[in-house]
Amino acid sequence: MTQLALVIDLNVCVGCSACVTSCKEWNTSSEGGGGMVDKNPYGKDPTGTFFNRVQTFEVGEYPNVETVHFPKSCLHCEDPPCVPVCPTGASYKRKEDGIVLVDYDKCIGCKYCSWACPYGAREIDEKQKVMKKCTLCVDRIYDTSLREDRRKPACVLACPTSARLFGDVHDPMSAVSVAINERGGYQLMPEWGTRPSNHYLPRRKMKSQVTEESLNRIDNPLKKEEQRAPVSSDLPSLDDFLF
Amino acid sequence: MTTQTNQATEIKSTTCYMCACRCGINVHLKNGEVKYIEGNPDHPLNKGVICAKGSSGIMKQYSPARLTTPLRRKANATRGEGQFEAITWEEAFDTLETRLRHIRATDPKKFGLFTGRDQMQALTGLFAKQFGTPNYAAHGGFCSVNMAAGMIYTIGGSFWEFGGPDLHHAKLFVMIGTAEDHHSNPLKIELAEFKRNGGRMIAINPVRTGYAAVADEWIPIRPGTDGALLLAITREIIEQGLYDRDFVVNYTNGPELVNLDPNNREYGMFLRFEVPLEEGCFDPQNKLWWDKDLNKPISTHTPGADPFLIGEFKLKDGTPVKPAFQLLRERVESYTAEWAEDITGIPAATIKRLAHEMGITARDQKIELPIAWTDVWGNEHDHVTGNPVAFHAMRGLAAHSNGFQSIRALSILMSLLGTIDRPGGFRHKAPYPRPIPPCPKTGTSPDAVKPNTPLDGMPLGWPADPDDLFVDDAGEPVRIDKGFSWEYPLSVHGLMHNVITNAWRGDPYKLDTLLIFMANMAWNSSMNTTEVRDMLKDKDENGDYKIPFLVVCDAFHSEMTAFADLILPDTTYLERYDVMSMLDRPISEYDGPVDSVRIPILPPTGQCKPFQEVLIELGSRLGFPAFTDAKGKRKFKDYPDFIINFETAPGSGIGFLSGWRGQNGQKTMRGEPNPNQWEQYAKNNCMHHHVMPKSYQYMRNWNEGYLQWAKANGLTRHAEPINIHLYSEVLHKFRRAAQGISHGKQPPERLRKRVERFFDALPFYHEPLENEMINKQDFPLSALTQRPMAMYHSWDSQNAWLRQIHAHNYLHMHPSVGEKYGFEDGDWIWVESTHGRVRCEARYSQSVEPNTVWTWNAIGKASGAWGLEKDANECTRGFLLNHIIGEELPNQAEGEHISNSDPITGQAAWFDVRVKVYKADKKDQGSTFPQFPTQPRYPGMAKPVGKWQTFIGGSGLFKNRFKRGEA
Amino acid sequence: MHPAFSVIFLTTLIGAGQGLFLALYTGQVYNTFGVVGDVMPPQPLYIAGTVIVTLLMALGLFASFFHLGRPERAWRAATMWRTSWLAREVIVLPAFAGTAFLWGALHYFGIDPVVFTTGTVEVKLTLLVGLVAGVLAFLLYVCTGMIYAAIKFIQEWATPLTIVNYTLLGLASGFSLAAALSAYYCSSLVDAYALWALVFTLVGFVSRIFALRRNGRLKYKSTACTAIGVRHPKITQISQGAMGGSFNTREFFHHKTPQFMQAIKVFFLIMAFIVPVTLVVIGWSNQFALVLLAAALIQYVGLLAERWFFFAQANHPQNLYYQAT
Repeated sequence: MTQLALVIDLNVCVGCSACVTSCKEWNTSSEGGGGMVDKNPYGKDPTGTFFNRVQTFEVGEYPNVETVHFPKSCLHCEDPPCVPVCPTGASYKRKEDGIVLVDYDKCIGCKYCSWACPYGAREIDEKQKVMKKCTLCVDRIYDTSLREDRRKPACVLACPTSARLFGDVHDPMSAVSVAINERGGYQLMPEWGTRPSNHYLPRRKMKSQVTEESLNRIDNPLKKEEQRAPVSSDLPSLDDFLF
Repeated sequence: MTTQTNQATEIKSTTCYMCACRCGINVHLKNGEVKYIEGNPDHPLNKGVICAKGSSGIMKQYSPARLTTPLRRKANATRGEGQFEAITWEEAFDTLETRLRHIRATDPKKFGLFTGRDQMQALTGLFAKQFGTPNYAAHGGFCSVNMAAGMIYTIGGSFWEFGGPDLHHAKLFVMIGTAEDHHSNPLKIELAEFKRNGGRMIAINPVRTGYAAVADEWIPIRPGTDGALLLAITREIIEQGLYDRDFVVNYTNGPELVNLDPNNREYGMFLRFEVPLEEGCFDPQNKLWWDKDLNKPISTHTPGADPFLIGEFKLKDGTPVKPAFQLLRERVESYTAEWAEDITGIPAATIKRLAHEMGITARDQKIELPIAWTDVWGNEHDHVTGNPVAFHAMRGLAAHSNGFQSIRALSILMSLLGTIDRPGGFRHKAPYPRPIPPCPKTGTSPDAVKPNTPLDGMPLGWPADPDDLFVDDAGEPVRIDKGFSWEYPLSVHGLMHNVITNAWRGDPYKLDTLLIFMANMAWNSSMNTTEVRDMLKDKDENGDYKIPFLVVCDAFHSEMTAFADLILPDTTYLERYDVMSMLDRPISEYDGPVDSVRIPILPPTGQCKPFQEVLIELGSRLGFPAFTDAKGKRKFKDYPDFIINFETAPGSGIGFLSGWRGQNGQKTMRGEPNPNQWEQYAKNNCMHHHVMPKSYQYMRNWNEGYLQWAKANGLTRHAEPINIHLYSEVLHKFRRAAQGISHGKQPPERLRKRVERFFDALPFYHEPLENEMINKQDFPLSALTQRPMAMYHSWDSQNAWLRQIHAHNYLHMHPSVGEKYGFEDGDWIWVESTHGRVRCEARYSQSVEPNTVWTWNAIGKASGAWGLEKDANECTRGFLLNHIIGEELPNQAEGEHISNSDPITGQAAWFDVRVKVYKADKKDQGSTFPQFPTQPRYPGMAKPVGKWQTFIGGSGLFKNRFKRGEA
Repeated sequence: MHPAFSVIFLTTLIGAGQGLFLALYTGQVYNTFGVVGDVMPPQPLYIAGTVIVTLLMALGLFASFFHLGRPERAWRAATMWRTSWLAREVIVLPAFAGTAFLWGALHYFGIDPVVFTTGTVEVKLTLLVGLVAGVLAFLLYVCTGMIYAAIKFIQEWATPLTIVNYTLLGLASGFSLAAALSAYYCSSLVDAYALWALVFTLVGFVSRIFALRRNGRLKYKSTACTAIGVRHPKITQISQGAMGGSFNTREFFHHKTPQFMQAIKVFFLIMAFIVPVTLVVIGWSNQFALVLLAAALIQYVGLLAERWFFFAQANHPQNLYYQAT
């Protein structure tokens, strides 16, 4: 069974929001997408539908503080709580690849699925009045008219730090599975048993490897600067006696 | 490249311009409307990635802030009110032609052309030169000229377009200060690779934002004290013997002997064993080392010679001499870590540890690449060595009045570690390295400006000694911005930030016509914004505007446009041809020159016209020699034609584009014009990348193969070695002049002390100038701006998607600041400097040094500007720090004015400002201050969009937006 | 959560409707089995009651449509009854309303044949129809309550108390209304209704207080640490990625001060429980229909506040990602 997912590397995410707008851009104009509305686009409190947002957290206190940029989109749970609650069946999880989708034609806009998502991954389109969410660019990733290396979600292609990996987390040999295993990939809010398919890779600190002992070296260049005092050959020497 | 994927969608390649990064993009079009913009996977710069801004290019293209027709200020309207009437281009050109023809025929310097974040300085500069005015510059003076000058005057190259950190090979990466907006995607790509490969990143910054977020260690530092830190690290590196001696000996002027006889006119100058008849703009190989074995002076780079770096020696005639390195060592002697701790706020132990980590990593983790190369002295090397410690810095270091010397210190530190143009360190990008300083020079006297004659000299240049200054006999400036004068002698990018103030005051003289391209001088591109806005509309006693005629070319409804007498609507980047030229700032890679182009994806909107076409039209009408033939007839049909056929000199074979030159496009770098050059670029991802042989890719300052190649291809004039200036004789020459020792140009008396103080051949630390002039107790905090990665400068508040990410800005500070000054997180506060005050909302943060407050740059907007509604968050809750940053230093003597800039380069000292903060009264809460009358929309702009907008590319909705405009 | 008025009205109106029907049916059972009751079956009470029940259900349903983005597709909402409590509610609600209406209609048209006799009791058609409707009414309470109780990570809701409260408060409001109605029709059922109204209100009060106490002491399973997967006692959000707000900042927050929340709590405790109990006692002892009606109406207002508070108090774990709001 395939389970497509994103693995997000917090160790390199610089919070640039490339994933945010590339997602918006692809999904607003993609075939069948129907647009992603913006409300007050040029006025007070502009707000719109996005499938993906980057948030920022501070962990710790000055000066021992980390700034954590945190991209968040639908996690495509293996046991998605948003699916069974949908009264119309508009919200569903695909058997073939595990993507959780919304059928916009069936959605009645009751928002119940958004209540039933602990992650806040779903957003209502306030104009079309249907629930929307990350589709893993389902209309891209199987498009054979695209170059094979471009058959990935828009956010993955956009990310300048390649902090977003995409693949099958059920395939133990896939790059995403390897990354999860090797880098301690984790799931969000494991306490609810939703088993998110998307994983996050934690920060990894490189500590200074330098020790003070390394300062003492025989080839210290300062030693090359020692000036020999000029010595006169007229000084007494053993040569005066030794024969 | 144009590909048809299906009937509906067409894909075209061009180059992004949502910031100055210049990534390759593929634009998908449906029904003639942009549907999707993606990174071009075949482009060397961004390799398929694209940033938040790039993806939002659609929202720029279809922004309701776009100007679509030439506009003239209504006769009865006052400047700044934004009351315009639409006119035709013919009227606009006629107005300009008449006016400019008269100025050119009488006094060309009465015309000023200053440009913002354009990427066409080669053309705008050419226009200014052909016009004959010295009054030209781009925005570099208020951006990062300290970085360019500080490094180029030291190592012959610099960060940003000119070079960068080699993160592919580096093991330790130190990033100092804010640098997020420069070269952003490539740096992000490399940073990620670096971290994945186990590299260690240290961020030194008062604020932990941007790339500092992913640093392995964050070292908070007080703003403006970077120089102190770098000098203390340098001291520790020297005292511990952690410098790369071989590198310093062979590739820097460290071992060269300096004359220290105080009674000799040559005091402070290098010893020379012969004086060549004519020095080109390079360092002649006529200096001396003190050889260890022979214990006497010897010509530098004598085979087998091993010079002392440390010590003092006496020539036969008794002249005391010391190697430059010894002088550096003495200079940094007092810059102990403990000394720097008090200044920077960084514990001395941390400073020492930093130094040790840099030095030991450089020394013990050496890289050897099996690349054979030959140096200019004929030594053959079978490998290239690298010391894998890389640095990056940009405005954080640069935008201080001590920035030049701080950056000199950084360059010297990088050199001592042996990291210049070596793997894992700093790498040049073509056309760099260039001689120290590079060859171009400005005019040197008022005679350079003559009616109906092109300017004698380059519009901007690189002074090598006082005689290169652009001053009159009294030593006073020829340029309106006082660039290249004794006030800011090495202002190699000009001082755009002082143009309006100087022109308004008539000091050094008044202008007639000021043409501003793509710079928001009535808002975030000016310091002291409120007053600059007043100057723009100020009138003299006759009721005439003090700046008589103001022309603004911009694609958008910026704050600056409201002050124009004439507005010229520019196109967007998707509607025009552009070149990222080798003559300007190309997008070269470490492995060789790269230049690129933009090719229109869409026709111009409304009456929009690319600024390049405006320049070529005007240049042709005014009969500039470069734009007309011998009979005075127009030479170039349009801009694309100009790009193909223009040569730097007749038959030089050097033009704006380096690729596919020669009749059939078979030549690279130089060759005859190729009529099909644009097509070739179009077919090749809109760029040309010449990969040099591996043996030319490193050690280029001293690489015989590379230097000969560069000379043959016109990148440089000389194939001479470019030795690193640990000790800057260039700077010392200005001090000698100030001391009255040297012949030649002398500073005016009032500036002697200033020049003598700051033109030090060795880097030194001084407090930022404004801090020396105010009571710091009254203004206890430093105020900074940082650059959001999703918003470039001021461009994007009109962008429906990006403004959702940054709709307004707060002043961020450590909670202790609020506790101390009596307010809480989220309160409305005043931020007051010696120049004035602004009101904003406070936001607590743990990731900021407690003596610093900061905000995002350029989010705040004037009411109604940029096509936004008058109650947009950018206006009501956004604020601009510029209002309280002076463009001139406070507390000057009566009648004297000096720019709030670096005294060497004229770099605007944005980050020197100090403030106090306090809670706003109840009655003052709820909106930011200052507020300005709402800027109206202009004729030709699209109607307000209303509450909802759903972008679906190809639906035609947006394409029609401007057809339905009010015009 | 952001309390949506559509849902507040829906749940309180249908709750009262179900309660009123159950009261009416209780009356019929009492009458049939002679527990207490009138000499003659109070047909006008049944009929007027059914009209009110139908009205309440219709109003509730009407309100619910305001909650839907696409009400024209509401019919689809019954599809997923196997998994969705909302779908179940969508089925049970009209089923109940229809059966209740049928019960009233049978009374109105006097179509009430004896179906069978057990002992001395004649079991008439309406009694059976009413039984079905009564069961559906209880089912509907369960469905409505489960819609909230089934969201396990909204911990304020994820408790059987949610269903108990929906049931008890619905019954209380329904029986209060029935008491007023029966007093108006001078039915002797008023005593039973008033008594039950008091019982349901008081038990509802106790159970609601339990819920409040429970929610006041909740230990949230999700924390900022589990939300972003970083283990540290001090995690502060400084940006939520959308400064102009988003669906997440609107749908899941009440944007009210703690003081306001406290005031609403006190208000609903007084208005939904204390005042109605007092008025029912007064109205009952004086057989004063208007006082009983006042009790029912005030209780309804109190329940609107109670329901507002029910939603507002629920802290959705997604809010951990929107602390900066």
